[in-house]
Amino acid sequence: MRYLPLTEADRRHMLDRIGVASVDELFRDVPAAARLAGPIAGLPSHQGELEVERHIAALAARNVAAGSVPSFLGAGAYRHHVPATVDHLIQRGEFLTSYTPYQPEITQGTLQYLFEFQTQVALITGMEVANASLYDGATACAEAVMMANRVTRRSRAVLSGGVHPHYREVVDTDAHYVGFDVVIADPDPNGTEDLEALIDDRTSCVVVQNPSVFGQLKDLSALAAACHAKGALLVVVVTEVVSLGLVTPPGEMGADIVVGEGQGLGNGLTFGGPYLGLFATRDRFVRQMPGRLCGQTVDADGRRGFVLTLSTREQHIRREKATSNICTNSGLCALAFSIHLSLLGETGFTDLARLNHAKAIMLAERLAAVPGITVLNGAFFNEITIHLPRPAAAIVDVLADRGILAGVPVSRLYPDRPDLAELLLVAVTETTSDGDVAALVAGLEEVIR
Amino acid sequence: MNNTGRKTAPEATPDGHSGFATLSGNRALMVEEPLIFEQDSPGTSGVDLPEPPTAALRLGAVAPRGRIGLPGLSEPTVVRHYTRLSQKNYAIDTGLYPLGSCTMKHNPRLNEKLARLPGLADIHPLQPVKTVQGALALIDELAGWLKALTGMPAVAMSPGAGAHGEFCGMLTIRAALAARGESRPRVLVPESAHGTNPASAAACGFIVDPIPANSEGRVDVAALLARLGPDVAAIMLTNPNTCGLFERDIITIADAVHQAGAYFYCDGANFNAIVGRVRPADLGIDAMHINLHKTFSTPHGGGGPGAGPVVLSAALAPYLPLPHVVHDGAGLRLVEHRSDTGATGVELGRMKGFHGQMGMFIRALAYILSHGADGLRQVANDAVLNANYLLASLGDVMTGSFPGPCMHEALFDDRFLKDTGITTIDFAKAMIDEGYHPMTMYFPLVVHGALLFEPTETESRQSLDQLITVLRGLVARAQAGDVGFFADAPRLTPRRRLDETAAARKPVLRWVPPVAD
Repeated sequence: MRYLPLTEADRRHMLDRIGVASVDELFRDVPAAARLAGPIAGLPSHQGELEVERHIAALAARNVAAGSVPSFLGAGAYRHHVPATVDHLIQRGEFLTSYTPYQPEITQGTLQYLFEFQTQVALITGMEVANASLYDGATACAEAVMMANRVTRRSRAVLSGGVHPHYREVVDTDAHYVGFDVVIADPDPNGTEDLEALIDDRTSCVVVQNPSVFGQLKDLSALAAACHAKGALLVVVVTEVVSLGLVTPPGEMGADIVVGEGQGLGNGLTFGGPYLGLFATRDRFVRQMPGRLCGQTVDADGRRGFVLTLSTREQHIRREKATSNICTNSGLCALAFSIHLSLLGETGFTDLARLNHAKAIMLAERLAAVPGITVLNGAFFNEITIHLPRPAAAIVDVLADRGILAGVPVSRLYPDRPDLAELLLVAVTETTSDGDVAALVAGLEEVIR
Repeated sequence: MNNTGRKTAPEATPDGHSGFATLSGNRALMVEEPLIFEQDSPGTSGVDLPEPPTAALRLGAVAPRGRIGLPGLSEPTVVRHYTRLSQKNYAIDTGLYPLGSCTMKHNPRLNEKLARLPGLADIHPLQPVKTVQGALALIDELAGWLKALTGMPAVAMSPGAGAHGEFCGMLTIRAALAARGESRPRVLVPESAHGTNPASAAACGFIVDPIPANSEGRVDVAALLARLGPDVAAIMLTNPNTCGLFERDIITIADAVHQAGAYFYCDGANFNAIVGRVRPADLGIDAMHINLHKTFSTPHGGGGPGAGPVVLSAALAPYLPLPHVVHDGAGLRLVEHRSDTGATGVELGRMKGFHGQMGMFIRALAYILSHGADGLRQVANDAVLNANYLLASLGDVMTGSFPGPCMHEALFDDRFLKDTGITTIDFAKAMIDEGYHPMTMYFPLVVHGALLFEPTETESRQSLDQLITVLRGLVARAQAGDVGFFADAPRLTPRRRLDETAAARKPVLRWVPPVAD
């Protein structure tokens, strides 16, 4: 076994020093009934690198890579171009194979990039403070609701009908078992809902996604004011982080907590994970935040350094009174995000966002010109909802056979809503070529004719 | 000075080792590196993009944003920045990392290569299911291994890490109780448990009751049995436990728990000690998470990502969270909603966006296939052998907390430092100067000044012998009363001991531009 350095002679020598005749004696505390005499039957034995690579490559070959065909899938996961530098740097063993930085003297590398990451997230969201990451956008959203419940000492969250259904479902799972109320607005493909009427003096927070899962972009300032007038917090969800390079950030619209999916920067699609939960808020709420925080301090020689801090919020200190049970987070995904954003910089990030938006405008105009297709969005970033003359899932299915991944049928997210079955979410990024758009338009024209 | 001409230290600091101060604050290969924000070259970017069109925007009532404040950096600057940061990190690639409970084993690079195959890395989670049959087959194959290795009939694949798995497992218990029409409020958790256990139980709305340990480092069975009753939903037990010991009475405990109508959650953080040798199902366990980033070697990445699939007994299997993969004729399908065919209608609901930590599944499957059933059994054998070798080789100079054999972790307490004026943390910081990452300290809480070593199976005998020599030398130095040597350690690191009190008292959690003079 190539990963196991001990030789038989080593094992013999070590057993002698321990004073036992065989390794089986070291397992003597295991009840006899539960001891397996040998390797578990029916499972394969060890294999060489070549055999393992062949096996997994064969599985990979049975999938259609999104980059190999025109692809318009979004709905919370976006295929952006990740510079080669990002993957090279995150594979440095000193980053990849390090643990959580509990010994700060020998993990200043991790701690400094976390401090930089927190600063970047605070800047792009327009907030004051951000944590060192959570699992993904959906779990970050649920953590935000529970934090709002703690801050306001209320237990009723209002969720917009534009919130990604996966996020809503994760909040709903927690609400059901942890015990708080959720008011869920009807799906809002047109972006016309009125949430203010749902806020009362029991409301802990209003959760709204911008752009919404239907791609609708809104100014949230009035909603923020309405929340604050009733003592509730405004939680803003961002599932396409690149949008923050172009649109007014949630912090400037009055958000109290901003959560997001950071996958779009630095991280590939990877069939949905691992992704990167972003979590940012106001300074005054910092002691109610979930997850790790990295802070600046000085060392014994007075030099600037970084440590994990405010850990009295966390499970390893506070146990059952912790603000969250999270321990392992998305550290390496945060590094990839941070490197990508460092490479982009101010001009790169804003140019990237404008390119995405420009592609989406071109797409919307081309699709609107197709007879039978209606574009629902007036305002959007890089994703739109279109209405088709027939159920979208069947059309997507036909186009997939023709080598086009046409988008996400709304029925995939809302299977119980036949009234939404003719809606299709279509997203573009800087990776979408004019040829891709032409292929989609031609394919849709042909299929719906 | 550094490459932007800024001074990085308040003043040139004498090197604790040589007494030699450099002009720059750099020390040869150890280079001071300012924050990215302090290297801003406005207008510069490390990415070349086409000029964005100047056409009208379609943002509706939302205004385009103003300046963000991100620094501009070229690609060479970025590469150098992160490379220099990486050089300030300890890692399993650079040395033995004996953090108890963390299973810091070798991370094979084959696994990294395979996780980057475009057919796996570049697939969208919402692609038509017929275009991702290989991905579903991979998840199903890994699930099959996890079920076979644990003897359990079902596994929830979506939890994002160990604590998320605990949360998932405890929610299945809540769901099962609800289906029985019961609402039992209490969960019993041993004092020696990881902090995530009580935190996860509390997050599910349970009241946590601690159970004491006995003098042998195991759960006090009499106290546990006395506490069982109709108000108890579950126990959460780690096995092997955090003292590095196997809970000998586990089957008795499981039987009593089930007799009382409660469920048995096992924290699987220490599965590496028994993988391929003991199946948790044979111990009477109802739910156990498996940290793929521990036992199955997906890299820790400086704190994540991980993955925490939860195996479930027949009693809990119906409450599997959404989504899950099911066989459907010749193909595989995803059950994403309660209304989907294949759903039982009592599923927990969704725990996470999309379908789980696919990137970790690929790596874990590659690791498992590389070892096979025989190799995984050897993993447990060698992990346990290495820990017992440490215990046997240090037992005469350090104070082992409990008689052996231990499982894959060796636990010492600080009695060997008694009356020296040196604490466990001082001892650990001296290890750092010797080139070692310290063991887990002050955990478990049930022994004084705990030092918990987990060498893992991927350390050679030579590597362990070097550690043993260093530890024995440090013990001799401590017992000789060289307090100053320990109190000042570490001296040779990029930073010396950091003021954590100051960091918490007045938190500085982000960079802010300096105020102009």
